[in-house]
Amino acid sequence: MYNSGQELLRLANERGLRICDIVIENECELSEQPVEVIRNRMKEILKVMTEAANYGLERETKSVSGITGGDAKKVEEYRKKGRTLCGDAVLRAMARALSCSEVNAAMGRIVAAPTAGSNGIVPAVIITAAEVLEIDEEGIVDGLFTASGIGQIIAKNATVSGAEGGCQAECGSAAAMAAAAVVEMAGGTPEMALHAASIAIKNILGLVCDPIAGLVEAPCAKRNSSGSINALTSADLALAGVKSIIPFDEVVEAMYRVGKALPESLRETALGGLAATPTGIRLRKQILGE
Amino acid sequence: MKNYSVFDILGPVMIGPSSSHTAGAARLGKVAMSIAGKDFTSVTFYLHGSFAKTYRGHGTDRALVAGILGLNADDSRLRNSIEMASQRNIKINFVETDLGDEHPNTVKIVFKKKDGTEVEVTGSSIGGGNIIITKINEDNVEFTGTLPTLIVKHVDTKGMVSKITSELAKNEINIATMKVNRKGKGKEALTVIECDNVISSEVVEKLSKLEQVLSARFINPV
Ligand code: SF4
Repeated sequence: MYNSGQELLRLANERGLRICDIVIENECELSEQPVEVIRNRMKEILKVMTEAANYGLERETKSVSGITGGDAKKVEEYRKKGRTLCGDAVLRAMARALSCSEVNAAMGRIVAAPTAGSNGIVPAVIITAAEVLEIDEEGIVDGLFTASGIGQIIAKNATVSGAEGGCQAECGSAAAMAAAAVVEMAGGTPEMALHAASIAIKNILGLVCDPIAGLVEAPCAKRNSSGSINALTSADLALAGVKSIIPFDEVVEAMYRVGKALPESLRETALGGLAATPTGIRLRKQILGE
Repeated sequence: MKNYSVFDILGPVMIGPSSSHTAGAARLGKVAMSIAGKDFTSVTFYLHGSFAKTYRGHGTDRALVAGILGLNADDSRLRNSIEMASQRNIKINFVETDLGDEHPNTVKIVFKKKDGTEVEVTGSSIGGGNIIITKINEDNVEFTGTLPTLIVKHVDTKGMVSKITSELAKNEINIATMKVNRKGKGKEALTVIECDNVISSEVVEKLSKLEQVLSARFINPV
């Protein structure tokens, strides 16, 4: 097992393999299962992700609380008009991330990736990148293993929970996972993948977790949409040869320390940040019937 | 440092919106139902802490009901569980309450059975969909529902525990953890055994027929 990004990199480079190859090998050992079983299980995960990512593009969703929903469809319709600032791929990724969040808030089926709140980033980025790069299902599954490998290291050395580390730990980790995955899917080196992951976390270092009424809805959905752009731009930077000045393991460590330094009011308690604004408080009273 | 499987990172597959308030709640309901048995006519959920505050927005109510109906945390019917319960003529009640010094996501579930008896199960959703059952009726317990679990109610007499464990050993069932909770010497005791293997109904039957054993119940991992 690899305990750090550096170890993962060494294992991959020694044998001229990709990060996903090392992750798959390790999973086989850990679970005592053959490769096909593990790949098939990941395909099931991909199926659920794809359904969640596409569901909201054509359907108006409504969350249980009633405060969010329908935005994925709006973005998709806007994209189809063909005149956007960010371009087609980015808009598609944003819409898919929103869709996953909306499906989650409407009590639909999702994959925690790494958490339910941040579940939209990995599917949106990987599925959209696969469309752009014309990558088949096996290639996407490889990408999901790359993403998991990055997530394993973050979970091991820091945290992926908003209650512990703020939103940087949830949406930041998800963006790092997605960024590394699409770098490998695009043919980038393991080194580039780690640079992309580092850049993605650095971009939102310190992001707080302040969900309105304590519900995984707002601002979560929009942070999934911006998280997927973060992942895509970080991946493009790395693929262009841009390096993170701070190495991945140190970035993860910094993220953990920043998370610990966040006051409790900004770690999922809904006592600070947006949750504590007049509108946030009004919505809480309305939803929870206080 | 824990070793995470890739499916801990990309997973679980679940019905949203919250792993602790929805997925965990469904698991709590399902484990509680396996303890109480299926023959109940009404169920009251006493919600504590964050469960009490946010259960509507998180769908904790629907998840709990889905659980007692035997649905899994990734079953899309979870959303409609309350209607399902009323179709089956099961009365459902939610009570916001303060259970004292408990984990913020705690629920006490009271089943009213067909024969008029009641079964009470208390448990907490401790994050990431993981749960812990802390009380069955008056007995304090501690198990997670992820392993095959055996619950034996018996009289606290010498050699009782070894009788149970030797019966398990005879059937090649390996014990992972075991906890005995007794009300006092010679009084009633509750032994909870988490095992590595699933226990057949014949073995459970044999255990329940052991002298001084009052009841034995097996819970499949949820
Ligand atoms: S704001 Fe909090 S609950 Fe929402 S996605 Fe970020 S970490 Fe999760």
